[in-house]
Amino acid sequence: MEYILDVRALSMDFGGLRALENVDLCIRQGEIAALIGPNGAGKTTLFNCLTGIYQPTAGTIILYPPKTKSKQLNGLKINAIAKLGMARTFQNIRLFGGMTVLENVMVGRHCRSGAGLLGAIFRPPTTRNEEKEIVRKSYTILEYMGLAQQVNELARNLPYGAQRRLEIARALATDPLLLLLDEPAAGMNPQETNELDSLISQLQKDFQLSILLIEHDMKLVMNLAQNIFVLDYGKEIARGTPQEVRNHPAVIKAYLGEEEGPDAEIGQC
Amino acid sequence: MAFWDDHPSKKSKSVFHMKFAEEIKRSIYVALWLMLLTFPIIVIKVNTIDNVIIWRWSNIAGIGLASFLLSFFWQLYLRKKAPEKGVAMEKESFFRRLLENPKIYRPALIIIASCALVFPFIASHYQINVMTTALIYVMLGLGLNIEVGLAGLLDLGYVAFYAVGAYSYALLNYHFGLGFWILLPAGALLAALFGILVGLPVLRLSGDYLAIVTLAFAEILRLVLENWNDFSFGPSGISNIPRPGLFGIPLTPEQSAVYLYFILIALCLLTIFVIYRLQHSRIGRAWVAMREDELACQAMGIDKTKAKLAAFALGATWAGMAGVLFAAKTTFINPASFTFLESAMILAIVVLGGMGSILGVITAALAIILLPEYLRVFSDYRMILFGAALILVMIFRPGGLMAEKRRQYQFHHTDIEDKT
Repeated sequence: MEYILDVRALSMDFGGLRALENVDLCIRQGEIAALIGPNGAGKTTLFNCLTGIYQPTAGTIILYPPKTKSKQLNGLKINAIAKLGMARTFQNIRLFGGMTVLENVMVGRHCRSGAGLLGAIFRPPTTRNEEKEIVRKSYTILEYMGLAQQVNELARNLPYGAQRRLEIARALATDPLLLLLDEPAAGMNPQETNELDSLISQLQKDFQLSILLIEHDMKLVMNLAQNIFVLDYGKEIARGTPQEVRNHPAVIKAYLGEEEGPDAEIGQC
Repeated sequence: MAFWDDHPSKKSKSVFHMKFAEEIKRSIYVALWLMLLTFPIIVIKVNTIDNVIIWRWSNIAGIGLASFLLSFFWQLYLRKKAPEKGVAMEKESFFRRLLENPKIYRPALIIIASCALVFPFIASHYQINVMTTALIYVMLGLGLNIEVGLAGLLDLGYVAFYAVGAYSYALLNYHFGLGFWILLPAGALLAALFGILVGLPVLRLSGDYLAIVTLAFAEILRLVLENWNDFSFGPSGISNIPRPGLFGIPLTPEQSAVYLYFILIALCLLTIFVIYRLQHSRIGRAWVAMREDELACQAMGIDKTKAKLAAFALGATWAGMAGVLFAAKTTFINPASFTFLESAMILAIVVLGGMGSILGVITAALAIILLPEYLRVFSDYRMILFGAALILVMIFRPGGLMAEKRRQYQFHHTDIEDKT
């Protein structure tokens, strides 16, 4: 299987604090991978390094888009990385609250369209068609995410679960190769989490995406992920299939502490 | 349950009394407080000629009564409004619907347009000049609206771009004898360049920090203009700036005021058109997204640098044009016309009108410039009234007089049409 993202020996220092140390991570084309670890393990820091929000201190991040040549991501600007096909959601929702639901998704189409200032002012047929295409595509995505009824609502007025879905919709609008979801199930009730579970696996199939998600809900992670990476104190302590990770002594230690009972196992709560 | 049902009137009556008591109590407090506060200036009057103090006790009774009544009715109004919030919202959307109804706004537009056309032929020279000034502020407001309203870049030094426009017309005309119609785009372009120059160093800043730095830039520019005598003729300014020419036909000052008025009407229409188009374009959405969340907008692939510079440059372009027009109108400019007060005025126009709302900004610009001219009777209280108006707007319409409304789209099955 082909890799889509390859992270080698990534380190990130904040002053004297080493938030990530020699992290290796690789994601295969079309797989759902998960990044887990206790709070403060450096998961979101890793996401921020991958998407260009932080510049990593050391290491390389290489994206392998299918059919084109590989691209090194570190050193690029956030928007350039987004354009290469990395889309993300945020742990604490960061929607454009004062814009409508549809406009939020339309902003996501920004990097796939090209009308400039003159185009905006004179609105030639190309711009007009492009604009129509943006609206059509955005609406299709919203329909898919079950938000078609709320297209004209302001994003900040949506209920919490819908805001989470809108964030995913907005990320989808950038035509990503790899979708990074930062705690998509945070604050959701069990039923919403179940819906999210099927939504994510459906997404992966329908859009031929590769997905990397950070999540604390072990049931969701174990259900969805084919490959799990476990971070603790900025270091990778385990990786593998859900079954392997579940029984890995280092993981149990990180989550449950030193004293391990005979039947201690992650995700059995 | 049944007990209450049997005596509905009794219940409501007693509750009504209780509410009344609460309001009376509050109003008494308000009245007492205000009486105490105004006591020194309202009651005591020192007659310095006869060295006696006059105690005007009747005044305080008036203050007390007036404040009590005002407060009482105010409380009643609040009480009435509180449970009927839904109704209030309904009312607002009713007003909106009026504005959006073609049967209403088309005739209204025609009336406004014909008034604007006829105005210079029936109004006096003075009134045309006042209106021209107001239209310059409409342009300035709409230009700043790009920066503050759409892109969320709080610029307290907007007047710098205005000065660049005005000085480029005055100086290029003085040194090279170039005419108004060449220097109008040239002034706009120079201001845009200056906008980019200011924009580059402040790319990383936003919010309060950006406000302070832009304010500093404007002050630097003004001080340079004031002190660099060889370049800008210092505080004495530049006079005898020509009015716009009309194919070489000599115009009297009155005619040229009418001419300038029409130029401004045309340019305002152009401004409205361009900003409307920008607002509903890919660029406009990028600006608003940047205003809402800078990080998320970058994660969506928007180039923050480009978007910010574009906002600065475009905002400055309109200020530059307005500057050229200002110089052409007054035929004299000096640095005193470009103080921070001007920036604050333009910002007040944008905030009062509603950030991001074209109609709101136009209304606010006209109101802020025209009202003081026509209400000269109250000129002593101008700043008090201005402050009170600002506070009232911020309390009752925090989004501005006509808050920005996002475009609504209507979808029918798969075919798509959009409706504004």
